[in-house]
Amino acid sequence: MALVVSVVVIGLLVAIPWLGVSALGLASFFGIVVPYAAAALLVVGLVLKVLRWARSPVPFRVPTTCGQQRSLPWIKPARLDNPSTAWGVVGRMALEVVAFRSLFRNTRAQLKEGGKTVYGPDKWLWAAALAFHFSFLAIFVRHYRFFVEPVPAVVGWLQSLDGFFQVGVPVVYLTDLVILAGLVFLFGRRLVDPRLRYISLAADYLPLLVLGGVAVSGVLLRYFVKTDTVAVKDLAMSLVTFHPTVPDGLSPLFFVHVFLVSVLFAYLPFSKLSHLAGVFLSPMRNLANNNRMRHHRNPWNAPVNVHTYEEWEEEFHDKIKAAGLPLERE
Amino acid sequence: MEKKTPEQLVQIDYRPPKTDWMDPTIDFEARRGTWSYPAAPKNLIYMGFPNPREWSPTDEDWKLPPNWEEIIREGFRERLAKYRSLQLFMDICVRCGACADKCHFFIGSGDPKNMPVLRAELLRSIYRNDFTAVGKLLGKVAGARKLTPEVLKEWYYYFYQCTECRRCSVFCPYGIDTAEVTMLARELLNLVGLNINWVMEPVANCHRTGNHLGIQPHTFKDNIEFLCDELEEVTGVRVHPSFNRKGAEVLFVMPSADYFADPGIYTFMGYLLLFEHIGLDYTLSAYASEAGNFGLFTSHETIKRLNYKIYAEAKRLGVKWLLGGECGHMWRVLHQYMNTMHGPPDFLEVPVSPVTGTRFDHAASAKIVHICEFTADLLRHGKLKLDPSRNDHVRVTFHDSCNPSRAMGLLEEPRICLKAACNNFFEMPENTIREQTFCCGGGAGLGNDENMEMRLRGGLPRANAVKFVREKHGVNTLACICAIDRAVLTTLMEFWVPEVTVAGVHELVANALVMPGEKERTTDLRGRPLAGREGTGDAV
Repeated sequence: MALVVSVVVIGLLVAIPWLGVSALGLASFFGIVVPYAAAALLVVGLVLKVLRWARSPVPFRVPTTCGQQRSLPWIKPARLDNPSTAWGVVGRMALEVVAFRSLFRNTRAQLKEGGKTVYGPDKWLWAAALAFHFSFLAIFVRHYRFFVEPVPAVVGWLQSLDGFFQVGVPVVYLTDLVILAGLVFLFGRRLVDPRLRYISLAADYLPLLVLGGVAVSGVLLRYFVKTDTVAVKDLAMSLVTFHPTVPDGLSPLFFVHVFLVSVLFAYLPFSKLSHLAGVFLSPMRNLANNNRMRHHRNPWNAPVNVHTYEEWEEEFHDKIKAAGLPLERE
Repeated sequence: MEKKTPEQLVQIDYRPPKTDWMDPTIDFEARRGTWSYPAAPKNLIYMGFPNPREWSPTDEDWKLPPNWEEIIREGFRERLAKYRSLQLFMDICVRCGACADKCHFFIGSGDPKNMPVLRAELLRSIYRNDFTAVGKLLGKVAGARKLTPEVLKEWYYYFYQCTECRRCSVFCPYGIDTAEVTMLARELLNLVGLNINWVMEPVANCHRTGNHLGIQPHTFKDNIEFLCDELEEVTGVRVHPSFNRKGAEVLFVMPSADYFADPGIYTFMGYLLLFEHIGLDYTLSAYASEAGNFGLFTSHETIKRLNYKIYAEAKRLGVKWLLGGECGHMWRVLHQYMNTMHGPPDFLEVPVSPVTGTRFDHAASAKIVHICEFTADLLRHGKLKLDPSRNDHVRVTFHDSCNPSRAMGLLEEPRICLKAACNNFFEMPENTIREQTFCCGGGAGLGNDENMEMRLRGGLPRANAVKFVREKHGVNTLACICAIDRAVLTTLMEFWVPEVTVAGVHELVANALVMPGEKERTTDLRGRPLAGREGTGDAV
């Protein structure tokens, strides 16, 4: 059912802007109102989300330690997998965010004949996730050329790097291929692996389909449908300078692309996609394992009902005395 | 319940069922052997916990308080506001599935709700329904479920089927920690009186007598003096521990199982012999007679209540610092919670080894040192006289306990001790040790007999790794630094790898310790004859 719902929704998300622009002539709605609303939702929604997380304190320092602790000076600590300093934490977080360190550990457990369990390395998820995220980042940065004038040099460098192989006209970007491959893998595994299919919600299929829709429409616009990039840039510049006007000559497909990106932005703070901010806040990763070196304060450390020594001695007084153990009160 | 054989238990079907996971129905009658009995009312009454009553999970009516929905909802709201971890973990899981086959209960049972991702979804689905706009609006499509008595029953089943081992958290790209989720879910269950006796009885005992087993002061002393007699018989050396002595340099705290039952008692004899060997000025306390803490399996408040006595007793006795014995969950509390809950203990001094002069700066604030850290330092400075050939009858591997590895990082220290004390040490495969170690299957209060089938299933990955080194290297001893392990792994080995016995690290250290004035050693601490030496083998 989750899959059916997702497919229906993505169908609607494509049809709405297409029909809206081509049949109803709502170009300014889909070119101006929707992107502005989406950007506002993204910023406000994400800020509120992070504030909500930040409002809840971290009462205990309970990082997951994934290597040797710092204890005796002659035992080599795992500075990144079990950091005891702030710099170690920065390193651990950087590895986590940039290289998906934890996912890199992934193994696959298999039960063999006679009940033997074996654990093989399984880097596919890590590779696909990394491929998808970095392609997305590169494509995101490449799009800056539409939003700034003059185009920063770094965007140009990225473009030439991305089109390094100089194949096709216009030049094929590697990241366009990689992101599609990554998305196909990430979507495919949810369908093919019975376990993943069992746990997947519409909230898992839909973001992949929206991202896929963004990528496919983008690829079509660049390589297959003649797109007036000057008009695209005019629209983008008009949006960022807050003098929005929709130029003529933009295809309905272009509005589909913009609409799907808008949906993605608007949806992000209210969904699992908020992991892009949340990953930085995970107390299991972003705290140093220095509990015994430094005191960690719990802001709501409330008093509790305890059993004091005096109460204990009173209850067991005669037995303590008979056993010849020292007493506070004879 | 009919007993299953190892061959039957490994017939595991990993294919998910046809029914949607959102269906919470559980047939407790059919699943006997995989859940724990409820807490006896007397234990709840003693602790002042809500809703004490007689009931059974097989009953239709669980006798929840009339306003149970409100209690759970408000309890959930309160915890979302108090724990960033919970709020975050409810929001950011992407269900990538990396955690799925990392859980020993999933590997051993094939039950999809033992995949950490789904275990958390059991809670998350209610979170979406009660606390998110999308969930309220879209319901099931958004992965939201209404809270019903069936959902509570499902929580009871699955949150008392997680040993809080944190292995999934190692592999999660966001570090989502099912132990944290389970701890907070159990807090919610406790609010409406859904607890298990194997947790609550130790908790109540510990609050009253000072230790989980309910051992009273005179028995505490008797038990330990009995162990001194045993030690004298094996070694010819009389050790003289002191009890509740003011002015000692060190207060030694340990899990109570170590002075109560086989095989923990051999570990305790190991501690005693080591302290005698180096002439440590230490005392034991019949009040702080337990550093383990089943509060960890109950609620944060209960951890704090039971943990109070450790620093309090150190202060009363006027010791300089604390030394802690071999126990897994105990060290999670001592390392990650105690200093925050009751510290900083400024009345103590930064621990310094009186033998080597080493200052344990890594414990500068909490002032408590793990005995493996302490012994590793002694070994480094050559302060222990060891004859490792006394362990030549032992071919040993080391089981990293969940908490010391994933909530602390105590990986090398016990290995240093073992390698110094034993000539034959072999590691299990790398995906089953250190931070990737597998649980014994009976942690977090689940090591009871009525839950035996699930224990054996959960212990399968650990047992398999032991079997591997058994077949490859002839390993006959599984060393560990955890009291729950010593009890649970023993049963596990009897079932899956019957030739292997379970030992504490300091038991093996003590086997090798050469004591001044000792008699010729012919047996180990268990009375088993040493390799290549004459011995009667019946000393213990």
